[in-house]
Amino acid sequence: MSEMPWYNRGLFSSLNLRQKTLLTIAITGLVLAIIFICGYMIDANLPTNFAIKMKPPSFEHPFGTDWMGRDMFIRTLKGLSLSIMIGLAASIISSIIATILAFVASVNKYCDSFISWLIDLFASVPHILLIMMISIGLGKGAFGVMMAVAFTHWVNLTRVLRAEVLQINTSEYVALSKRFGKNKLWIAKEHILPLVLSQIFVGTLLVFPHAIMHESSVTFLGFGLSPHEPAIGIILSESMSYLAMGAWWLAFFPGAALLIVVLLFDIIGDNLKRLVDPSQAND
Amino acid sequence: MVKINNKKLAKFLGFKAIRLLILLIVIAAISFIMIQLSPIDPVKAYLGQRIVSQEQLAIMGEYWGTNLSLGERVMGWLQTLASGSMGFSLIYRVPVTEVIMQKFTASFTLMIVSWIISAVVGFGLGVIAGAKEGTWIDKAIKTYCYILQSTPTFWIGLVFLMVFSVYLGWFPIGLSVPIGQLSDTVTFWQWLYRLILPAITLSIVGIASLTMYTRDKLISVKKSDYFLFAQARGESFWGIIKNHGIRNILLPAITIQFLSFNELFGGTILVEQVFAYPGIGQATVAAGLRSDVPLLLGIVIISAIFVFMGNLIADLIYKYVDPRLRGDDDE
Repeated sequence: MSEMPWYNRGLFSSLNLRQKTLLTIAITGLVLAIIFICGYMIDANLPTNFAIKMKPPSFEHPFGTDWMGRDMFIRTLKGLSLSIMIGLAASIISSIIATILAFVASVNKYCDSFISWLIDLFASVPHILLIMMISIGLGKGAFGVMMAVAFTHWVNLTRVLRAEVLQINTSEYVALSKRFGKNKLWIAKEHILPLVLSQIFVGTLLVFPHAIMHESSVTFLGFGLSPHEPAIGIILSESMSYLAMGAWWLAFFPGAALLIVVLLFDIIGDNLKRLVDPSQAND
Repeated sequence: MVKINNKKLAKFLGFKAIRLLILLIVIAAISFIMIQLSPIDPVKAYLGQRIVSQEQLAIMGEYWGTNLSLGERVMGWLQTLASGSMGFSLIYRVPVTEVIMQKFTASFTLMIVSWIISAVVGFGLGVIAGAKEGTWIDKAIKTYCYILQSTPTFWIGLVFLMVFSVYLGWFPIGLSVPIGQLSDTVTFWQWLYRLILPAITLSIVGIASLTMYTRDKLISVKKSDYFLFAQARGESFWGIIKNHGIRNILLPAITIQFLSFNELFGGTILVEQVFAYPGIGQATVAAGLRSDVPLLLGIVIISAIFVFMGNLIADLIYKYVDPRLRGDDDE
């Protein structure tokens, strides 16, 4: 048997691993962008048409229709774009929080133990419960959920960044910079930030799947977006009342669509991590 | 025989107890502030669409304590905490400790059953995937875990309900007790029968991460020198996996499983909502939606203690049970 690596077989055999990773990222990103833009452009105020209510999937309505005769495909698409938007905002905010906290931890010993304690604190309450509390505190709705998800998902990234910053801080060129009389802020900006920037970027993308899942979970429980918005969580919690009647399409397709979006983001995150951190590329 | 240094253990536990106390105070304070900040009026949230007169509204306000100042509310809650009842649940109309005791026992059985299922299945799949690294079985298990990690728990619950309850009709649609029966007249089998579907759904949450962890550990064991030596001695493959692989990875895997209490509790809230299982999760959602502050605070504290206990057990295993990690501080 020839010893050809797996990435040189099949379609696209002329590309190398790096090009293939880039291609995967580009295709996945394109699919997500299409979902997001389509959902954003669509008018969510669908007309109710009771003549076609509770229709199983057909060519005309690929995801079926709900009890008011609204097309589930359009509602799902709209819900997905809503989820993507909230997830994006939440993960950006949470990585900003993580970055700030990681740098605060590097100031001195006391700051470091305070940040460690803060990480422990946030890790010791179940996430869903914490999101519920923050969402109640800020008044439900899109803003509340976004903030709640953002304020609970910085923990892992902060752990990673803190370790990274700590390591760079002990390096020789940082010590040299200190001897040259550069202040801590300058070192943080010129020496540390450029090195951890790629990790922050990847971290943001890896937070994304969790953010979307938690957003839909909390919305499903009734603490998230308001019931008249077509979020996936709302659609699924509405579908619960029709499950016993056999309307399986109301729950199956929106959930599956959400699963696919989460998977796509996972794929992008993993591939980017490989590009940025080649030491793990063979895993 | 595990030799435990009692003095050291006492010091360790004392340190942990102080940590827990500080943690609980801070968590209670933050939760209190979050709820007080909330722009949602609890009386309005409770009444919903019903129309009531001004006097009734005042009575409701008094019942909910919205006419009290922040200081009075904090003092009132601390007093009830000192008396051990943690306040009076506004929606269940009994002391919070009573509600929590009752609901938590129901949830606890659900959590323990699914925790054990996920431990056994997750570890088993991980060992198989690790032992057969690179084969189609490994790839199938990896793909399965990858998909599971991206699936919302409550959706899995919905799919199970659709397939097993609605389509196949094997299981009831919800509730832990048959309709028209009191909870204390339920037989063991009826109860178990209704526990199966929620427990399986909840166990799925934990399987993926444990499987991936076990797999990675086993693969690193397979690369070790002692593994190679065992192979050179001519031991059978599964024998080596049993004697050198599983023995080495079982303790870290159990530790990981104890650290998963956080997700377990979160998963319970969702699963109970889907299956209408009357446990702590449903109580949490009801308390949150209808602004039952004492109950919500009680649940937050209980959940923090629950998660803390999981971490503590993991720590203890890490420090005292695993002979390799006991190290030199155990004179």
